[in-house]
Amino acid sequence: MNVNLTGADFLGILPIIILSGFGVVLMVLSVFSQRFHRMTIPYLGVVGIILALISNFFLIGKDYLAFQNMVRVDWLTVAFNFIFLVTAGLSLLLTTSYSEQEHIEFIEFTPLLLFSTVGMMLMGSAQNLMMIFLGLETMSIALYVMAGFRRNHRESLEAALKYFLLGAFATGFLLYGIALIYGVVGSTSFTAIAQYLNKNALSPDLLFLVGTGLLIVGFGFKVALVPFHMWTPDVYQGSPMPVTAYMAVGAKAAGFAAIVRFFTLSAAQIAYQWVDVLWILAVLTMTVGNVLALVQKDIKRMLAYSSIAHAGYLLVGIVADNDLTVPAVMFYLVAYLLMNLGAFAIALIVSGNQERRTRIEYFKGLAETQPMLALAMAICMVSLAGFPPTIGFMGKFYLFSAALYSGYVWLAIIGVINSLISVYYYIGVVVAMYMHKPVDERRIEQVVPGVGLVVLVAVVGIFIFGIFPGSLAGLFG
Amino acid sequence: MESYIWFIPFLPLLGALINGIFGSALKEKAGLVANVAIFGSFVLAVKAFLAVARGATFNGDLFHWIVAGQFKAAFGVQIDPLSAIMMLVVTGVGFLIHLYSIGYMHGDPGVGRYFAYLNLFVFAMLLLVMGNNLLLLFLGWEGVGLCSYLLIGFWYHKPSAAKAGLKAFIVNRIGDVGFLIGMFLIFTTVGSLAYADIEANVAQLVNAGVLTAACLLLFVGATGKSAQFPLYVWLPDAMEGPTPVSALIHAATMVTAGVYMVARFNFLFSQSATAMAVVTIVGTFTALYAATMALVNNDIKRVLAYSTISQLGYMFIGVGVGAYAAGIFHLMTHAFFKALLFLGAGSVMHALADETNIQKMGGLYHKIKITAITFMVAWLAISGIPPFSGFFSKDEILAKAFAYHPAIWFLGLVGAVLTAFYMSRLVFVTFFGQSRVEPEVEAHIHESPPVMTIPLMVLAVLSAIGGFVGVPAILGGENRFEHFLEPVFVGAEEHLHFAHVPHSLEYGLMLISILAALAGIGLAYGMYIKGSPDPDRLAQRFSGLYKLLYNKYYVDEIYDALVVQPLLSFSRFLWRVVDNGLIDGLVNLTGRLGLLISQVLRRIQTGYVQNYAAVFVVGVLIILAYYLFS
Repeated sequence: MNVNLTGADFLGILPIIILSGFGVVLMVLSVFSQRFHRMTIPYLGVVGIILALISNFFLIGKDYLAFQNMVRVDWLTVAFNFIFLVTAGLSLLLTTSYSEQEHIEFIEFTPLLLFSTVGMMLMGSAQNLMMIFLGLETMSIALYVMAGFRRNHRESLEAALKYFLLGAFATGFLLYGIALIYGVVGSTSFTAIAQYLNKNALSPDLLFLVGTGLLIVGFGFKVALVPFHMWTPDVYQGSPMPVTAYMAVGAKAAGFAAIVRFFTLSAAQIAYQWVDVLWILAVLTMTVGNVLALVQKDIKRMLAYSSIAHAGYLLVGIVADNDLTVPAVMFYLVAYLLMNLGAFAIALIVSGNQERRTRIEYFKGLAETQPMLALAMAICMVSLAGFPPTIGFMGKFYLFSAALYSGYVWLAIIGVINSLISVYYYIGVVVAMYMHKPVDERRIEQVVPGVGLVVLVAVVGIFIFGIFPGSLAGLFG
Repeated sequence: MESYIWFIPFLPLLGALINGIFGSALKEKAGLVANVAIFGSFVLAVKAFLAVARGATFNGDLFHWIVAGQFKAAFGVQIDPLSAIMMLVVTGVGFLIHLYSIGYMHGDPGVGRYFAYLNLFVFAMLLLVMGNNLLLLFLGWEGVGLCSYLLIGFWYHKPSAAKAGLKAFIVNRIGDVGFLIGMFLIFTTVGSLAYADIEANVAQLVNAGVLTAACLLLFVGATGKSAQFPLYVWLPDAMEGPTPVSALIHAATMVTAGVYMVARFNFLFSQSATAMAVVTIVGTFTALYAATMALVNNDIKRVLAYSTISQLGYMFIGVGVGAYAAGIFHLMTHAFFKALLFLGAGSVMHALADETNIQKMGGLYHKIKITAITFMVAWLAISGIPPFSGFFSKDEILAKAFAYHPAIWFLGLVGAVLTAFYMSRLVFVTFFGQSRVEPEVEAHIHESPPVMTIPLMVLAVLSAIGGFVGVPAILGGENRFEHFLEPVFVGAEEHLHFAHVPHSLEYGLMLISILAALAGIGLAYGMYIKGSPDPDRLAQRFSGLYKLLYNKYYVDEIYDALVVQPLLSFSRFLWRVVDNGLIDGLVNLTGRLGLLISQVLRRIQTGYVQNYAAVFVVGVLIILAYYLFS
């Protein structure tokens, strides 16, 4: 086989190359970690992410296939890279304060996070099921390790083990699905799959359909669709808070990147075969996520169930399967990123030493002791609940209007009802902060600048894109 | 033009933000910030006006607020002769009133809040007149309503002020419901809210048979905002707010929004003879009806409020009969002289320790000369004495009304007599005759400071000569005002049918309206200066009529009995039975059910990996079964 690689091939994965390079170098450097200041490696990681973000700008306006149809470089690649890199950068900023309050040396943590992000970006630019699989595993294996980073905590180790076992389990189904599709089409390339479906749109092979069903399972696990969501609360709760934030935002966005790339863009011809399944999963996911969030007493668990519900909302956009699907999903991913990173950052500050204070009751009286922090948390909660003029409202508006344009009136209604249910537990946090007295005497000493920056970015973004959604939605066509 | 027009609305918004955030720290400097902001807008509005006068127009979007499929909500403005004139009135008169406010509000603890609201109002009003679509107009429409509510209730510690604010808000809300439904109707028929799209697709509205309904629904909104019968009841109470607010919002700008809206949608209204007739009849009735209530009222601001309602009626006659330019012309001259009257009233109150009862005034002419003279210029203007501005604009409306239907002209003429009479009464009782001022107040009577009298003088000049831009052809003028606005209204002309009025008749009509004004003034002179016929004796002789007028036809009481009380008892029923029983019950039930389901479902969340995997496998099996068996 004659392989001809040009500069364009490498330009297309420039952010991936930069981040991988930084990952390798930092891993080597971490061996000599005792010679550096504790913060050197995380900050070098941030530098790597910023460089990758800059290189991402060179891809704007490009649209081509690279590496023998393995990688697709288009505006969606750029947008997903941007989401993953920003998530990684902000999560790394959270880590800087975390390692201080936990007394954990987060040395090899930084390279792991970079590698995981590389995996996400591979998924976002994949044009081949094998690339999706490769990216998904690169991302996941790093995440398994990161979940268990609080080595001296039972819950953290338990989270890592559970995540790993169930993740491996789900990977089996995914791989089997890929194998079935390969068996029918004779290729794992999206281009070949689209060609096959063009010819056989009305009567695709049953094994092909079973294969897509198994892909739903595999991706559904990563984005925590019901009933493949059971790991989420335990893993989110046990993982270190910055990892939870990174996992909740990054891994979910990566899963949706795969879903958009395969279902929306490559398998649209047989949408009639998968929208019904996703319709039911969307309803189940929204409802179970929101209903179970109602009784949670722990902020991390509550946000875990909330993240399940949000996967359901996103799936509503996928089910719509029209011109609005991709813009609406992309907009919501950005919204989800801002709201969740903001909320996790504040939860991190409140949880304090050893994450002993993650119960929602510790938010009581925050408005008195830390008014700005309470306000920021209230803004994140209001946005998660979907009130105007925040980005959360506009995001849901786009998703549900996409559903309405395709005639899924009931799905939109169920989505809105779920949104209403969610108000109860989101506003519960606000009520705790503003209408109750603090439970004990402990005060938050000071907010580390890195974490403060994350909160600021989140709050500003929530309002700017909430009031001028056109400025962001315009980018997504 | 597009480089600077965006600053026109956003400068006042910036001022409002600065005063809103730092108002309490800025204290008296808040007035300076607000004045600089609106003066900047005014300068740019003049620049835009001059560009429009040279023939330039602009219609463009700054950004798209929401785009979702076919639906598009744009933040866009349209600068044409109509919006250029409105911008000049809003920022020009607005600036003078801002300036005056510095003196009037001096020493008030809430001065920062006051100027923040005032600037916010100007921002909303500019959106209303500049927008190129109904959505932005509605945003401005609601924005000015909000500011009006906030400013009427500015002294919120006074229960009457808080109540008046609430009343204005609620009554306007009734009109807004009509306006909103009208918007929905247009959107569902045309598929767009942009003026250009609506104008291009009027045929669709006609074919769907909803044109008249859409016009009338929009007009319902106008009767609320512009205080026309039957929704005028909030405006007299709105006088509880600071007097400059009455001048700016409840005389010169906000209340004219309805007139502007009808003129803006001339291409809709002119195609529906029914809608035009309704606008004309409501306007005529209100003009006459409100004037009668002004005859006997003793509160200086309330007389002016009824006068405003009546004058707005004239503007609606103008736009209703299809004389759009004449309606807007009267809107402009009215902004000059009515703002002047209110500011003059404010100056009188300033001199008399906030006294508003004209029976406790009298003989003020020699004590506050600038206020008195400027007030009298406005009096001559509103009474329709040539060559003051009101004469030209009112005469233009009456002439067109005659061509539409002589009966409308006649009723308008009767209204003009009443106007001249009640305004003369106000002037004579306030400034002439014996002083009835309480002695301890009398000692402190003083003219207002220059920051207040300069706006009075500028407005007096405008009230005196403002009419010359619209001198009609029969007086040797070329009516430049009408020609300037022609491009906006030219499309409507083919749908309008006026009877031909020969020049000789036009001269006759003009003469009659001058004589009518003089008759009104003469009668008032006789009654309130000479004492014959004696007003008190007249009041006794026609005590039934007097009481009816004095009590404002008991409309507030009728509304209270017919609408408010039944609504309140219905609300009580809804609250006690439906809300507390049914809704709360349902909500609590859903809540309990949700929690119950939650409690059950969480049992599945055992924490054991094998259970999780089992649930997982069930999911896989169901999906596989779907594909295998469907």
